[in-house]
Amino acid sequence: MAESTAKTLKIREFPIDENPKHTYLNAEKGILSWLLTVDHKRIGLLYLGSITLFFFVGGVLALLLRTELLTPAQSIIDADTYNQIFTLHGAIMIFLFIIPSIPAALGNFFLPMMIGAKDVAFPRLNLASWWIYILGALFALYSIISGAVDTGWTFYTPYSVQTGTAVVSMTMAVFVLGFSSILTGLNFIVTLHKLRSPGLTWSKMPLFLWSLYATAIIQILATPVLAITVLLLAMERIFGIGIFDPTMGGDPVLYQHFFWFYSHPAVYIMIVPAFGIMSELISTFSRKTIFGYWAIALSSLAIAFIGFLVWGHHMFVSGQSELSSVVFSFLTFFVGVPTGIKIFNWVATMYKGSIDLKTPMLYALAFLFLFTIGGITGIMIGALSVNVHLHDTYYIVAHFHYVMMGGTVIALLGGLHYWWPKMTGRMYSEFWGRITCGVIFVSFNMTFLPQFIMGSQGMPRRYFNYVDQFQGLHQFSTIGSYILGIGFVMMAVYLVWSLFKGPKAPSNPWRSRSLEWMTSSPPSHHNFEYTPVILHGPYDHHKPMREFRMGVAQEAAGHGETVEHEKT
Amino acid sequence: MNRIIEYMLPPQRSTLASEVDSLFTFINVAGFILFAGIMITILIFVIKYRRKSEDDVTPVITHNSILEVSWTVIPIILILIVFSWGFRGFLMLSSPPSDAYEINVTAASWLWEFRYPNGGTTVNEVFVPVDRPVKFIMRSDDVLHSLYIPDFRIKMDVLPNRYTTTWFQATSTGEAILYCTEYCGTAHSDMLATVHVLSIEEFEEWLETGLEVDEDMPLADLGRQTYTSAGCNACHTLDGADRIGPSFLNLYNTERELVDGSVVTADEDYLRRSILEPQAEVTAGYPNNMPSYAGRLNERQIDGLIAFIKELQD
Repeated sequence: MAESTAKTLKIREFPIDENPKHTYLNAEKGILSWLLTVDHKRIGLLYLGSITLFFFVGGVLALLLRTELLTPAQSIIDADTYNQIFTLHGAIMIFLFIIPSIPAALGNFFLPMMIGAKDVAFPRLNLASWWIYILGALFALYSIISGAVDTGWTFYTPYSVQTGTAVVSMTMAVFVLGFSSILTGLNFIVTLHKLRSPGLTWSKMPLFLWSLYATAIIQILATPVLAITVLLLAMERIFGIGIFDPTMGGDPVLYQHFFWFYSHPAVYIMIVPAFGIMSELISTFSRKTIFGYWAIALSSLAIAFIGFLVWGHHMFVSGQSELSSVVFSFLTFFVGVPTGIKIFNWVATMYKGSIDLKTPMLYALAFLFLFTIGGITGIMIGALSVNVHLHDTYYIVAHFHYVMMGGTVIALLGGLHYWWPKMTGRMYSEFWGRITCGVIFVSFNMTFLPQFIMGSQGMPRRYFNYVDQFQGLHQFSTIGSYILGIGFVMMAVYLVWSLFKGPKAPSNPWRSRSLEWMTSSPPSHHNFEYTPVILHGPYDHHKPMREFRMGVAQEAAGHGETVEHEKT
Repeated sequence: MNRIIEYMLPPQRSTLASEVDSLFTFINVAGFILFAGIMITILIFVIKYRRKSEDDVTPVITHNSILEVSWTVIPIILILIVFSWGFRGFLMLSSPPSDAYEINVTAASWLWEFRYPNGGTTVNEVFVPVDRPVKFIMRSDDVLHSLYIPDFRIKMDVLPNRYTTTWFQATSTGEAILYCTEYCGTAHSDMLATVHVLSIEEFEEWLETGLEVDEDMPLADLGRQTYTSAGCNACHTLDGADRIGPSFLNLYNTERELVDGSVVTADEDYLRRSILEPQAEVTAGYPNNMPSYAGRLNERQIDGLIAFIKELQD
């Protein structure tokens, strides 16, 4: 068996050390060994810590907004503060939390492991991208303490040119954060092309990596446009060069085109990695080969490409030409098709599987429920005539929270629980994990389902005061958001508890066939003590486990080179 | 289902509403069937294929052409239906009949001004005839705004650099609410107006008499009326509380410290200047964002407002 795969490549099974003494966590000590690390796993954790912090900040801001909305008039804060808080909630959640969340945290940690590499292609660039992220965060912080921003996270002109708040520092934060995103994307593309272990063909690549690959393409192609846009906005504010502000001869709708040319593809930067996690979870916890591997892999790429052609659906009533609106609406629906295909493939994977409702799988099921609602309501607002009624109402707010939070965040939580044993070497409490998943699922729906109703009834978004008719639904939504907050506190408690008191994790608690599980928990400094050789696909649950632990029998100088040499 | 949909939507009060609502209903029903189908399938799978032992063996199923083609083609058919349906409604929304009654709309932070063909204007209130197409020709004085009337299912952004238009034909008399739905700063959520739909006869009569100011009305009463009709109430309270601008209570004859440090007395002259050139002498501590009312109020209304403010002493 082993000899037949490559003529001169001798491979053997490597047993996994179940009680590793040397792991990436204790390889080096001291705070600098973390802040200046080039280990992709540690950088992944740095990102995980950073995004958790900003998720907490953004979440507290959201609860403040919901509290203010308990009554139709002023409750706890004034209108200007409210406007600043919803702007910060959006900007922090999008630029500091959700865009880096799955790729930069979980992706950084697991992408090299899943292809059997020691690290990403450019480890120092990887560290640089985290520091650039921190620099961007500092700019955002500076903006907050020097007067905050009240434009909405979209910075629409001419309001953003004329308002007295700290728009320039916040747009500079966005500018800087964009580079962090670009560098991560670049690193992933090169890594996936150049550092795959022997035998790991494109058709054996885990679907999580296909999704990160699609994401990386969007990151490096779309993000520069955002950088240019915010730079133009800053030049308009600082030097008075008329680009978007009509009083200086500019066109405000042009800004919207520029902005959404990035920000719509950015939606796929946020959601496509979540699709990748879903494929891993569903296959592992159904213990079954994924259904439609290529359909799922290629639909990620299809979404990435079509995603570039639909930005105008944010602008049906902006004053762009009616013909543009019609074309954008038509193209928009075609994003729905590959997305639907993914959902059907995941459900088909569960057919005749061996389904184990562990916490990560519960999150996967919650994702299917919430994201399907998000998707179908997306069809609703893609329809031209209905969009005119629903645009800029709470229907939109509810829709993107179902997609971004019900989709991306729920998948992130599923992935976090799934990979927690591998990252930390500890098992979380399955009991509390399931309870918390239930709490989050129910309270999420309590928070955002009423917003669909309010929106279709005509409640505009970004409203500090609202008409009395909506008070009941707003209060229901606010109560839901409080329970949602409690759910996240519960999760923080049991996850932190598991770090200290949790039982030691085995190397492969879920009996996954993917490569990251074929090393100790937590992994050693170099991920693998040998060069892995891949014989089967990552979802081949019907193949014996030992065939997934193969590596080059006699290690020569470095990765790859030996194999290349011997093959020729 | 019908009752749920009815609950979810505002009343249908324009000829366009039923077109929009029928598509809204179709997507909800089709979407719900699709959603329920997927969820029930998942539920059945989860129960039926629940892990029985750690050694469960699962079959290798990687493809099924019939299934895959059908779950690609059926959604494509559905989205083509939804697209064409939405397109039809959008065509209606963007093609005002040529005989529409035209009203010019100016949006400013934060008020709506409506100018009628006979030269009359109203602020934060618009009067329209029932059963007759009405077209709004809109522009903004400052930043972006958006005109939204949920009962009519219309919405259109209002731009500072060119005209945009929207139209409707109301089907029943009564009042409807008009919102601003493009974020425009502090009082964005107070930038509301009321649409009064009148019968044709009432509307004709209103055009004759309603736009004229009642010459006999005492000045202070006219001022009180203007205070709400011109939208002063969005920013200035009557109870001493600070909103966006200073409260009108006890305002008259007080010393005002301006942003440049100078002090003026809020006498009749200052109040008048503040209405016509609000950005010239701004009281310290308040934003410089009030729109000018020059041309929006007539002399008697300005006098009325001043008389009204003078009376507000406790």
